[in-house]
Amino acid sequence: MRFVDEYRDAEKARALAAKIAALCEPGRHYKFMEVCGGHTHTIYKHGLEDYLPESISLVHGPGCPVCVIPMGRVDDAIALAEQPDVIMTSFGDMMRVPGGRGSFFDSSAAGTDIRMVYSPLDALKVARQNPDKHVIFMAIGMETTAPSTAMTVLRAASEGIENFSIFCNHVMIVPAIKAILDSPDLRLDGFIGPGHVSTVIGCRPYEFIASEYSKPLVTAGFEPLDILQSVYMLLQQLAEGRCEVENQYSRVVPWDGNTVALRAVSEVMELRPYFEWRGLGFISHSALQVREKYAAFDAERLFTLPGVRVADPKACQCGEVLKGVLKPWECKVFGTACTPEMPIGTCMVSSEGACAAYYNFGRFSRQRVREVSIESSRA
Amino acid sequence: MTHQDTTQQRAGGVEAAVAEHDVDASYPAHAAPGTEHTGREQLVLERIERARRSRPRVREKLVTLAHGAGGKATQSLIEAIFLDAFRNPALEPLEDAATLTAGDTRLAFTTDSYVVSPLFFPGGNIGDLAVNGTVNDLAVSGARPAHLSTGFILEEGFPVEDLRRIVASMAAAAAAAGVSIVTGDTKVVQRGKGDGCYINTAGIGLVITGLNLGVATARPGDVVIVSGPVGDHGITIMLERGELDLEADLVSDTAPVHELVAGLLDAVGPDVRAMRDATRGGVATILNEVAKAAGVAVAIEEDAVPVRAEVRGACELLGIDPLYVACEGRIVVIVDPAAADAAVAALRAHPLGAGATVVGRIVADPPGLVLLKTGFGGTRIIDLLVGDPLPRIC
Repeated sequence: MRFVDEYRDAEKARALAAKIAALCEPGRHYKFMEVCGGHTHTIYKHGLEDYLPESISLVHGPGCPVCVIPMGRVDDAIALAEQPDVIMTSFGDMMRVPGGRGSFFDSSAAGTDIRMVYSPLDALKVARQNPDKHVIFMAIGMETTAPSTAMTVLRAASEGIENFSIFCNHVMIVPAIKAILDSPDLRLDGFIGPGHVSTVIGCRPYEFIASEYSKPLVTAGFEPLDILQSVYMLLQQLAEGRCEVENQYSRVVPWDGNTVALRAVSEVMELRPYFEWRGLGFISHSALQVREKYAAFDAERLFTLPGVRVADPKACQCGEVLKGVLKPWECKVFGTACTPEMPIGTCMVSSEGACAAYYNFGRFSRQRVREVSIESSRA
Repeated sequence: MTHQDTTQQRAGGVEAAVAEHDVDASYPAHAAPGTEHTGREQLVLERIERARRSRPRVREKLVTLAHGAGGKATQSLIEAIFLDAFRNPALEPLEDAATLTAGDTRLAFTTDSYVVSPLFFPGGNIGDLAVNGTVNDLAVSGARPAHLSTGFILEEGFPVEDLRRIVASMAAAAAAAGVSIVTGDTKVVQRGKGDGCYINTAGIGLVITGLNLGVATARPGDVVIVSGPVGDHGITIMLERGELDLEADLVSDTAPVHELVAGLLDAVGPDVRAMRDATRGGVATILNEVAKAAGVAVAIEEDAVPVRAEVRGACELLGIDPLYVACEGRIVVIVDPAAADAAVAALRAHPLGAGATVVGRIVADPPGLVLLKTGFGGTRIIDLLVGDPLPRIC
């Protein structure tokens, strides 16, 4: 398949892996954080770690929008769905995320009308088809999805649709990266930058990471060769004593971002003073809310929300996983009490969550499997 | 039941799960820094496998769509609710059909219900799907399909003309498969209480002698074959619903596989360990059943699995793995390695098996897991599906 196969070429991967191994200083251990959950998914789905020497660890970061939604916000969304004559619409990822009172799936089984959509425009379509209902779109995501939410609100406004609103939970990745850099828990050698977010915001917002925190960052695409190449670029910077923001994903990411998308977002939304991130706590200026001008499309203004902060279950260590302090399997409930079918924490829910990726794709001993492949090739 | 009740009970389920976890004293002290890394990870993996082998339980208070998706939740529901209550030697293997003895005759007996939406789709409709599905469950159980029953649940207001079309395709599918529909039942429910038309079929067939089929009989060295491109049916239905604004030139692969199976069994019958038709949950679900039932690992090469470009493209866009997407006329065969070439040749001799190919083999270790060598050259596992990317596919 064009535009896919060329980024999954095993031959090229072997060549890159050899160059990566040659760049590693003997005795040195490297820790790179892939910020984005999409990268985590790619790494496990394609078995990318098979190509990396043991001296390189990839640490999974906070860039999984579903994972960072705090339980209280899920409860608020379910409270919205329980309002009379409301249809709640949501991306499929969100359906199994547990709040303090269960998930969208549980709520739907108990009788609320919660529908899966593939885009906010589909939610608007539901609103047009159901004029006697109020349709709410559960808006989640980082800078990547905020523009499509904003464009949908603009569309609803221009069409004069009165039975549509959004429950805005858009968050921003840069303040979260800064929170991780400021946390004493973690020593990192560099970042694999979030490619999809960067298609909107560009690479410039990361420059402080190199200049103030002296960590290199390479914005990377989502195919396995993209990630392998960005690891190589990070190692090159370290070997040459450079510390810069580089763009591996230049086929899609413009250095200055997408100004049309950014304009739409700033037309409809503004920064919240602070927002709670699951596991990371309250981070100032890290999320978006609907501007006063578009109050008619803001579910937070149209309805009264419980707005109760719900503490994560005591057993849950999603916070440590999201910060990269713990590997998924190091969480004490991983895979036993917390599984994809009965998740306690959000990281086990989303396909971009580190725990789900490890559980679904990486739950085997690489040592033992290496022996297997030798055995099967001999057979 | 109010919403509050359900969620409180669900929260209770989580507490119970955590409590259970806490009594597992073998937990390798997660906070012990300095312990050798891979050793600790290995202990965690072993603990997870123990947890997965423990008796399945349904902790939810209400049925969710996941319980019908053919993945992990369906399996728990079947084992914890149905098998627990109905337990008997014929049911216990949980094969596609039960094998029964009547006098000197061995019979295969199976049933399936169809709730596909939309009712009509490129390549077929709910009617031929309902006949082919049951015919196929009998065929892959090593039986010659003979007689079918059918039950209809119709919704008030359903067009009789649509019913005629459905029944006509059932009659044609039954004739093509050489089976007769010998008994049936009709119910009508009020408008809004059904979705047009649901169909149940059950079937019996005569078991062919000299076979010893069952997923539990797979052993290391055996070869895994699929009979053609996977995922056509599931993606066709998905696109036909029109929710995605995607279009592709695809038709469902719904077809009766009894002749394909007969050709295979004529050629290499005694060497066939197991056959399954890859319906809901796709090829991945079958391979997991093999790994679990036989206590072996299944190693698959991603590049060897036949997938049409249209299906692969749609799956890429939707973030779905084609290995989980339903087929309705494809079979997975586990066969002795010495008979692998003959088995592929026998399958290819039939039009439905023209794309038959070896996709992997059975290995000993690690038991219970399905491993995939990715096209990129890495390794990952293929687990049972959780949740439901494509509801009401059959």
